[in-house]
Amino acid sequence: MFPLTVENKHVAQLLLSTGTCPRCIFRFCGVDFHAPYKLPYKELLNELQKFLETEKDELISEVPNPPPKKIRLQELEDGIDGMDNLSQNGEGKISIIEDGSIASKNSNLNVCNVCLGILQDFCEKEFIKKVCQKVEASGFEFTNLVLSISFPPQLSVREHAAWLLVKQEMGKQSLSLERNDTVQLKEAYKWITHPLFSEELGVPIDGKSLFEVSVVFAHPETVEDCHFLRAICPDCFKPAKNKQSVFTRMAVMKALNKIKEEDFRKQFPCPPNSPKAVCSVVEIECAHGAVFVAGRYNKYSRNLPQTPWIIDGERKLDSSVEELISDHLLTVFKAESFNFSSSGREDVDVRTLGNGRPFAIELVNPHRVHFTSQEIKELQQKINNSSNKIQVRDLQLVTREAIGHMKEGEEEKTKTYSALIWTNKAIQRKDIEFLDDIKDLKIDQKTPLRVLHRRPLAVRTRIIHSMETHYVDEHHFRLYLKTQAGTYIKEFVHGDFGRTKPNICSLMDVTADILELDVESVDVDWPPALDD
Amino acid sequence: MATEPETPVAASAKEPAVPSLVDRYFTRWYKADVKGKPCEDHCILQHSNRICVITLAGSHPVLQSGKVIKSISYQISTNCSRLQNKVSGKFKRGAQFLTELAPLCKIYCSDGEEYTISSCVRGRLMEVNENILHKPSILQEKPSTEGYIAVVLPKFEESKSITEGLLTQKQYEEVVVKRISATTATS
Repeated sequence: MFPLTVENKHVAQLLLSTGTCPRCIFRFCGVDFHAPYKLPYKELLNELQKFLETEKDELISEVPNPPPKKIRLQELEDGIDGMDNLSQNGEGKISIIEDGSIASKNSNLNVCNVCLGILQDFCEKEFIKKVCQKVEASGFEFTNLVLSISFPPQLSVREHAAWLLVKQEMGKQSLSLERNDTVQLKEAYKWITHPLFSEELGVPIDGKSLFEVSVVFAHPETVEDCHFLRAICPDCFKPAKNKQSVFTRMAVMKALNKIKEEDFRKQFPCPPNSPKAVCSVVEIECAHGAVFVAGRYNKYSRNLPQTPWIIDGERKLDSSVEELISDHLLTVFKAESFNFSSSGREDVDVRTLGNGRPFAIELVNPHRVHFTSQEIKELQQKINNSSNKIQVRDLQLVTREAIGHMKEGEEEKTKTYSALIWTNKAIQRKDIEFLDDIKDLKIDQKTPLRVLHRRPLAVRTRIIHSMETHYVDEHHFRLYLKTQAGTYIKEFVHGDFGRTKPNICSLMDVTADILELDVESVDVDWPPALDD
Repeated sequence: MATEPETPVAASAKEPAVPSLVDRYFTRWYKADVKGKPCEDHCILQHSNRICVITLAGSHPVLQSGKVIKSISYQISTNCSRLQNKVSGKFKRGAQFLTELAPLCKIYCSDGEEYTISSCVRGRLMEVNENILHKPSILQEKPSTEGYIAVVLPKFEESKSITEGLLTQKQYEEVVVKRISATTATS
């Protein structure tokens, strides 16, 4: 059933004669249910023309194809003036109807002066199919998607002009028109295209989907339509670093809200003029939001940095913890890149034993995202088989909140270590026993010299919760310690030129140095342990 | 006062000597006869991350046996005290900038002698050692570690060039040997 009624006739007539397409006409007549918009364009055009003819035809007898009545020269001229606004692209016959309105029968209306073609060809099946082909070719795995459509900012200006025109026309009939009475272009576009996309790709549209298909439209021909707004509302268009053009959609909308009707009309034609060409599609891009994989790693090598160690373009050490874990994930998830973070980290020459250190990897723009827990287990096995320098456990998919848990671990949780200590003076068991009794020892650590080049100079107070000694020989003993997060263990042992106080040297009154350090545990109970 | 050996010595014949903290992370550079004063040798410990620790070389008069330090002062002029050095942020803004000849501190000995210690290296002053203020003997007991004078951060671009005017360990040892033979020759 045709959605327009007698009340809409004048407005519909006015809009059609000035070059507005049927769907935009529906929008300005407040047609707010989806079905009419979904009908094929040609059908809508025919129905609209029939609707506009009806009133006149009521007076004529029901004769099929009545011959056109004699036309007054004046009306013919009116008709032709109206036609100047339409470009000469029309195919098929153009007939002049008695009351002077012009319509193209059996032909496409030329480019809509409001939507610039968006609600003409760009919402129909053929275009949607083209977009979907690109989506499928992109190789992403997805079970739903979110559509992000970007229109050129000048559409808002044309919309505003058309709205003013319609408001004026309705005013003649003593009807008012509020902003909410018309349907927004984007809304109508979604009503029509969402089901078409869903059908073509076989998945639902979901606003929360991580998989985004973005289509960007532009209309170079009318880019300058917005420029007059800058003269009237200059503070809406302040240049910012990241913006290519000052005329963003937001800025244009802001200015349109501010500008007075008279000022607008002086600068911009109401109705808007008809363009020569439709919008062009600047880009069709697909992207998948990041997914997160977490786990715990053990490090068994004393010659492996956590991140790649490169100085002046030269790699100092082969590989790194993050590469040994992430490279496999990058491949399997078909991701563009990764961000590795962990709950603290250890030096190149320090092993990580026990349950390992929690880590989380953000996989950026993954093409494959669905994995069963069995597949993740196999992935873990693959990583573990590929290197004996690191081992991974509790590998699992997690959410973005994961990063928060981990960083909490870095700053708040305790760690335990074991250190092999050398002393210059010969020692006996009794010389180290007293260390076992020291609880919650407060130490002040100035930023160690070895990191001072890249960290601020500061003094950090840390707590050594407890220690346990194991005598090895006259010049060696093992020290197990449980400390607050952020404690520099090596510096606690050798004193770092006396800049960590107290330290093992000062406590024992010897010169001591650390030969080996292992992380025995990182006391964070995240990520959840999985039974392997 | 005897200095404690800081290089770990093997406990038994079987064990090899273990490199010390300084051996492991630092390169030793020397400047002899600083400011023309005989034997006032400085040792600059350069970390692999380019940070320099200014210390006294073993041949410096202050480290010779029998010398007693009365006091140490970081007030190098009426307007400048190295203790007032304040450094903030990762880029160490606000630090006092030092040239090679910039004085770091003055050491006053009981025999009336006064020694000025110089930076020897261009860069930002990170800190001076306050521990030797309270207990000057540390300077003599552990000149290469706890008894350091100051920490200097050279400019990134200059980190290699700052050592151009300095002597390597070997060159320094040769200088010392020459001195000893010169003094034995004249005595």
